[in-house]
Amino acid sequence: MSTQQQEQPDTQEAPADPEMKGAESPQQERLEKKEQGLAEAESVDESDVEGESVHLKVFRYDPEVSGKQEPRFDEFHVPFEKGMTVLDALIFARDEFDSSLTFRHSCRQAICGSDAFFINGSQRLGCKTQISALQQPIRVEPLPHQEVVKDLVVDMDHFYDQMHAVEPYFQQEDLPEGELEEQRQDRENREKVKMSTRCIWCGACMSSCNIAAGDNQYLGPAAINKAYKFAMDEREDEEIKEHRLRILEQEHGVWRCQTQFSCTEVCPKDIPLTEHIQELKREAVKKNLKFW
Amino acid sequence: MSQSYNRGLIEDFGRWKEFSAGMWAWIFHKFTGWMLIGYLFTHIAVLSTAIGAANGQMMMVGGEEVNVFTGTIQGLEGLFIVRVLEVGLLAVAVFHILNGVRLLMVDLGIGLESQDKSFYASLILTGAITVASVPTFLSGVGF
Ligand code: HEM
Ligand code: SF4
Ligand code: FES
Repeated sequence: MSTQQQEQPDTQEAPADPEMKGAESPQQERLEKKEQGLAEAESVDESDVEGESVHLKVFRYDPEVSGKQEPRFDEFHVPFEKGMTVLDALIFARDEFDSSLTFRHSCRQAICGSDAFFINGSQRLGCKTQISALQQPIRVEPLPHQEVVKDLVVDMDHFYDQMHAVEPYFQQEDLPEGELEEQRQDRENREKVKMSTRCIWCGACMSSCNIAAGDNQYLGPAAINKAYKFAMDEREDEEIKEHRLRILEQEHGVWRCQTQFSCTEVCPKDIPLTEHIQELKREAVKKNLKFW
Repeated sequence: MSQSYNRGLIEDFGRWKEFSAGMWAWIFHKFTGWMLIGYLFTHIAVLSTAIGAANGQMMMVGGEEVNVFTGTIQGLEGLFIVRVLEVGLLAVAVFHILNGVRLLMVDLGIGLESQDKSFYASLILTGAITVASVPTFLSGVGF
């Protein structure tokens, strides 16, 4: 991001795709709502901040430099541009002011999941958070409840371990006959797991969870959501689903969830995490209560 | 990466201003649940003076001799602070019940999209019921 972009109009705005409107599926409604939200976010005092600078307060820590071992906040003033995201501002600060400022990012379009930060007190993707929607100074910190490796970079190993703990792969043994036969999923079933498939492994949910903070072994919302995707997939046999539920109903599984909705609130992909966890709780109970 | 920094829990309670509805609901529910347990013990303690009363133990209240059960209850009810605590107990119980019903709905997966609204509704209703109860609880001491 450089200063020449000033002339470029509206590059970051959501495309007003006419084909998306009209039809009345839940997904379309969601998209419409979202676009509205986006429009609102972007209309917030855009004229006020235009031409002004963005005031960032960024958490800094570097174990390898003796003067930086004590965590502190650095302030940056970055020129504002229309459509600027927190990630854009950080990139500007790094490229123009302090090349040692460290943070992960890649896609810049909310799909790689590498830039979840703690921005103004909540877990958000830097690339999906408009500066104009935030109060200044903008406080950018690494994700809470994870060890800080350097500046905004946290250790994600534990999060990935939990994701893998739920066996996130298809385990159906009985495959359809015929060499070219596919394992088809019907539309309703696909619709049911749709939202759960959208996880980008950003770790925002886990970081926001008060229970995960206190219980390091808790699977966490993202892993449970991942398990939901497979447990609810009807192409897997009943025994495999039971096996999945056995993993989930362990001491540090679904029953740790206290329905605080923190994860659902921060998930940048709008996955109804609490809803999925609750549904798995009910599935687990149903599995164990067999009167019929 | 030889070293990393554990920020611990500093970002938790210091950030109460940023807590969301569901988080507050959880904190209040825990708090009220344990308050109710605490009350249960006081309640048992007070009621158990009935054992003494059954054995004929007596005490003096305002120059009159009454049995210990009646005396204890009358003595406590005569204290302004006890009346205030009773209002508090009602508030705690009402919130716990209303939010408890909300949590049961959440467990059943009903109305998950309005979980925050139902929390605010529990709060407002608790407030209203508490205020409405004040004249009843404070009659004879404050009012
Ligand atoms: C109609 C009355 C009540 C309802 C509907 C109710 C509902 C609930 C529910 C649903 C929970 C679970 C919360 C969760 O899922 O995290 C709970 C927790 C609890 N309740 Fe109640 N409750 C009621 C009365 C009481 C009473 C009378 C007491 C005390 C004597 C009490 C003490 C507690 C405690 C200690 C907890 C656990 C709090 C915690 O540490 O998480 N509740 N209640
Ligand atoms: S569930 Fe949402 S918040 Fe959690 S890791 Fe996946 S995308 Fe991120
Ligand atoms: S940079 Fe890829 S999700 Fe933000």
